[in-house]
Amino acid sequence: MNGQGGVWVFSEVYDLTLEMLGKGRELADKLQTELSAIVIGNNVQDKADELVKYGADKVYLIDHSALERFQAEAYLGIIQNLALKSHPEILLIGSTRNGKPLAARLSTRLDAGCVPDCIRLSIDDKKRLVGERITYGGNAIAKITFKSKPQVATVPLRAFEKPEKKDHNGQVVKSDFKVEPAKTEVVERKPLETSSVRIEEAQSIVSGGRGLEKKDDIALLQDLAKILGGQVGCSRPLVEDRKWFTDWIGLSGHKVKPKLYIACGVSGVIQHVAGIRDSKIIVAINKDPEAPIFEVADYGVVGDLYQVVPALRDALKKMLQ
Amino acid sequence: MKQAVDVSQLKVDPATRQLVTAGAPKKISDFDKNALEESIKIREKNAGAEVFTLTVSPEDAKVVLREGLAMGADKAYCVVDPAFQGVDTSGTSYVLSEMVRKVGEFDLILCGDSSLDSFSGLVGPRMAELLNLPQITSVKKVVVEGDTVIAERSLEDAVEMVKAKMPALLSVTREINQPRIPSLMMIMKASKKEIVAWTLKDLNIPAEKTAAKIEVLEALAPKMERKKIKIAGETVEEIGEKLAKALLQEGVVGR
Repeated sequence: MNGQGGVWVFSEVYDLTLEMLGKGRELADKLQTELSAIVIGNNVQDKADELVKYGADKVYLIDHSALERFQAEAYLGIIQNLALKSHPEILLIGSTRNGKPLAARLSTRLDAGCVPDCIRLSIDDKKRLVGERITYGGNAIAKITFKSKPQVATVPLRAFEKPEKKDHNGQVVKSDFKVEPAKTEVVERKPLETSSVRIEEAQSIVSGGRGLEKKDDIALLQDLAKILGGQVGCSRPLVEDRKWFTDWIGLSGHKVKPKLYIACGVSGVIQHVAGIRDSKIIVAINKDPEAPIFEVADYGVVGDLYQVVPALRDALKKMLQ
Repeated sequence: MKQAVDVSQLKVDPATRQLVTAGAPKKISDFDKNALEESIKIREKNAGAEVFTLTVSPEDAKVVLREGLAMGADKAYCVVDPAFQGVDTSGTSYVLSEMVRKVGEFDLILCGDSSLDSFSGLVGPRMAELLNLPQITSVKKVVVEGDTVIAERSLEDAVEMVKAKMPALLSVTREINQPRIPSLMMIMKASKKEIVAWTLKDLNIPAEKTAAKIEVLEALAPKMERKKIKIAGETVEEIGEKLAKALLQEGVVGR
């Protein structure tokens, strides 16, 4: 363990960094190598210290007031330089809207292969990283490995469990850096409403599809979600065709894995199913007995959501009192 | 523009869970159609501008190229080479970048944010890097003002307005527009437009540049093992109660 090789993780999202550290620890142990995390930001010494407790052997800390917020070129240059110096074998990058293009550009600079959106990661008998990802619009899960190093994979939020915090020996290394000048300028940033928790975090989700007749009827689903302490989502047609909402659940939208997913009037096209496949229990309520959603549901009710959803709500209300 | 497998028409061999990709219908990757539509809109507002499409493919892609021309592209460039079978995002972005260099001067490159079939979302940013361009991803609105492009992009927790000097590369989402459906007239007109076909040799691309850095070991239809229990009853109240009870027993509701 001379600092060469090793498994590295980076995400500008702290929770995702922790989740990748959990999986990264497993990969590093298998390869008998070091696990490192990169932390970039302003006043992030505490976070860096904490990452050791989550399993990092080494934390590269780049702490500067100019790095408060994500900047593509600056972050890219920093990670590239660290990688050129210490030659990681595996780089796991958080697959966010900023993280994925970062991984793509980093891979290009390091002349590396990149496997995006891995929902599972392992080491094969040739000590290569193997990533599994959903492909062909949800029709398949591909197992992909690498032919060269470094091996770059991106990891979506909630793909892996956050590890337990425990005593672990590791060092925080303050690293030098140069800020690569930005090629774009963020002129305005409007935070999205944060009143509701991110749907990826929800323990239960009630979602609506084409079976909803009008936008306001979402209130019906909200009533049920409220009793469950969960959130409401929808399938893509309500966004794309009807323009009722801006976010959908599915392969190209939010990928969720709640304990309970209740699909109301959702037909269950494969792209939608790919976004909910890791839910613990899936319930389908649909008028059409032939709807493909029933094939992937644990519990199915063939019936009118306008009747079944209130009935379920009332029954749950009674039982949970 | 990528000629992608039409994923909605894919079949699975139930015995082996293998996808039947041989002979599967192909079409322009949806997101790329949005990119083309947006380019045409920008051209409509900027007299003298031209729209070119660039495609790399392991097999003939004429139908797709013609469709792009019918939608309104002025000219199509393609590199068709069996060597692209199994090419990854590293090779694809390299060849596309070399094509851009050979085509010559440009103001904007628009890509789909991801492709319909592989859904990687890496080719755009990789090209931006190879061509040393400013890049903006997840774009849902574009305005061109003089030599500047301003784009609105959706992030998980915010919407950003991002400015870049052109030339620049943008990756667009499907929300950005509704791609036009070409009329018969446009289809007829497109048959007279030029398709420039190059080989890897024309671009002086050595074989190692298209060698894949990753290898797909298998691609199988996912197993979805679900209980598939149908809940029925005399009245809707009864159904509601049965379902509620089942969920309680599963331990997925309540505390």
